[in-house]
Amino acid sequence: MDILNAFVALLNFVIVPGVAYGSQLALGALGVTLIFAVLRFSNFAHGDTMAFGTAIVIMVTWLLQSWGISFGPLPTALLALPFGIAVTAGLVLLTDRGIYRFYRRQKAAPIILVIVSAGVMFVMNGLVRLIIGVEERNFTDGERFLLDAQTFKAATGLAEPLVIKTTVAVTVVIAVLCVAALFWFLQNTRTGKSMRAFSDNEDLALLSGINPDRVVQVTWIIAAALAVIAGTLYGLDKSFRPFVYFQLLLPVFAAAVVGGLGSPLGAIAGGYIVALSEVVLTYAWKKVATYVLPDSMAPDGLMQLLSTDYKVAVSFAILIIVLLFMPTGIFKGK
Amino acid sequence: MAHSYRNLLLFAAVGLLFILTGIFQSWNLSLQILNIGILSAIMALGVNMQWGYAGLFSTGVVGSVALGGLAVVVVSAPPVPEAFAAGGWTVLGGLVLGVAVIVAATLLYRSMKPGRARGLAVAAVVVMGFFLYRYVFDSGVAAVEAFNPATYGNIGGFGLPSLLAWPVGALFAGIAAWVIGKIALGLRSDYLAIATLGIAEIVVVVLKSEDWLARGVKNITGLPRPWPVPLEVDLQADAGFVDFVTRWGWEPIGASTILVKLLYMALFGTVLLVLIWGSERALNSPWGRMMRAIRDNEIAASAMGKNVTKRHLQVFIIGSAVVGLAGAMLTSMEGQLVPGVYSPLRFTFLIWVMVIVGGSGNNWGSVLGGLLLGWLWLAVEYLGPNLMGYITAALPPGDLKTHLIDSAQHMRLVTLGVVLLLVLRFAPRGLIPEK
Repeated sequence: MDILNAFVALLNFVIVPGVAYGSQLALGALGVTLIFAVLRFSNFAHGDTMAFGTAIVIMVTWLLQSWGISFGPLPTALLALPFGIAVTAGLVLLTDRGIYRFYRRQKAAPIILVIVSAGVMFVMNGLVRLIIGVEERNFTDGERFLLDAQTFKAATGLAEPLVIKTTVAVTVVIAVLCVAALFWFLQNTRTGKSMRAFSDNEDLALLSGINPDRVVQVTWIIAAALAVIAGTLYGLDKSFRPFVYFQLLLPVFAAAVVGGLGSPLGAIAGGYIVALSEVVLTYAWKKVATYVLPDSMAPDGLMQLLSTDYKVAVSFAILIIVLLFMPTGIFKGK
Repeated sequence: MAHSYRNLLLFAAVGLLFILTGIFQSWNLSLQILNIGILSAIMALGVNMQWGYAGLFSTGVVGSVALGGLAVVVVSAPPVPEAFAAGGWTVLGGLVLGVAVIVAATLLYRSMKPGRARGLAVAAVVVMGFFLYRYVFDSGVAAVEAFNPATYGNIGGFGLPSLLAWPVGALFAGIAAWVIGKIALGLRSDYLAIATLGIAEIVVVVLKSEDWLARGVKNITGLPRPWPVPLEVDLQADAGFVDFVTRWGWEPIGASTILVKLLYMALFGTVLLVLIWGSERALNSPWGRMMRAIRDNEIAASAMGKNVTKRHLQVFIIGSAVVGLAGAMLTSMEGQLVPGVYSPLRFTFLIWVMVIVGGSGNNWGSVLGGLLLGWLWLAVEYLGPNLMGYITAALPPGDLKTHLIDSAQHMRLVTLGVVLLLVLRFAPRGLIPEK
């Protein structure tokens, strides 16, 4: 029984939150990696693109709620998602047209584009604060739990509960759908193939008559959609604060670099690696240890490897290890 | 010649801004903005060395500033002997142990042949070392933080003069830059930007949560002033000073604050001038030509036998050290360490805009950018809400009006971002271009 209890505690506090967070990071890192593959720079504005899209989603959610529209047991924000994606894609296309295109035509060094994207990041950050303010916003509604503590305990008779929040289930399902759709798109459609060709060898792609502007636009739209979805899922699961989204930039980058910048498969693997390491290292293992170890060896401390303040250090450490030992990432990016 | 006239005119215009602030607001405010402007100019000089000379983009300027601030606490905060006796040596021993583990793992990695055995051995050393380190370190921290947490709860500093903290601040920032540069330089240029973003966040988190070091978010206040700046209250109590000012018809309290700020200005101004002199010499020396050659064409430079990565590491360390120096100066002027103020917006992004607006690669440009944007940044803080107040004067009081007035502060972000984008697009060489 104790082993089962330990397993359920592990599932409840480490695996489930880790997988949900990992899915959110993976979607964010996919956006970064796609931009990198096609436009060849690390987009520092990605965190704030997530924040901007989420802010729009929150506003539309409020509007829908005020009209009395809801999505049954699911969060209303999912209905607002398409609007958020549309607005964000529009904004991102505008920034590409007004800002990035100039440097692309000039064939500017990647580092110039990185600085420019930092400028865009601050404009977007300011816009988000103007639109929605700096306070914490909770916009989750609908059914709170898919599986709550009482039901699980009554069904299994275990002392430890397993709780699955609706938002966690929604996150995982949506992430799987998005990833499947993205890979199908990249493998099977003409535009997807031209994106991959453009990423592999720009000159050859141009020679074979691929329209670079179209490839770039499609990439921005996909990246914006992924950013808004990732941001909204993160906000539903936790809460929305502009500053937190700025800080998400580091884990998202770490995920993209671990997998190999430019490799979509790598971004997904990277997202889960970063998220699970973060949860494993900052979780207080006392509960699990008490179940597994005999009474005589019961731990007196919390058995927490790192305090939660140092979450950011985990993504950083992973980043450093990757840069030291395999700078191109697990899946051999660029 | 036309160029130097233009540059003089630009500096005169910025000087006029400060004079106008003095006349229309108060000289106290004008001097305060000027002092922070000089410090920003020094930071901009440091960033200019990295970006302007060598083309390195670091997003972790705020980390260097914060490390400089930490140096002031370590060097000049009053010692807390009881807390240090309780656990100081254990904490330091734990830290030394941590470094020793990393060194041991590195040596092991270098000395063994690649393969599974090496991976396992290094992992074992790191994991066991980590637990040993946590065991020693945690017990020390608990002992230190238990001592009178309302007032101290930290190991205290050396109680040395604040001026000594300035080079130490440069040293701290330089060491951090060495570590990060060793890892991230020589790879894709984006990696340095990403890695520095991380190290800066970690430095700020350490300052916020390691109470034993600098009391974390409980802040350390009352740090001593650097020589020769006196405290205002001492000046006001000094009969000679009061006598002197009243003879000139000034009131003692106002005059004492102004005198203190003038002394800071002289002190900071001297440092700035020495740094400019040094950087101009360096930039016009064979070393400076080599740096520019590397920046403009890395492949050609390495074909000429220059070690690009090593030079990058060198200039990255020097630039970060200059920023750390300015960070230490800032903290010793403010007399307190408040980790909450170290926002990437204020100390990374703003400094970047200063360098790029002033003119990348030109030391005088960075100084001009530092003073101009330092003035704008603080002036807008006062003017923004007032301006928004005028604009919304016709609106009835209510949510919308409060929202608009509150939003004035966020306009700074948008404005600065737009300024950066416009300058990069239309005047990438900045106000005072590189020759």
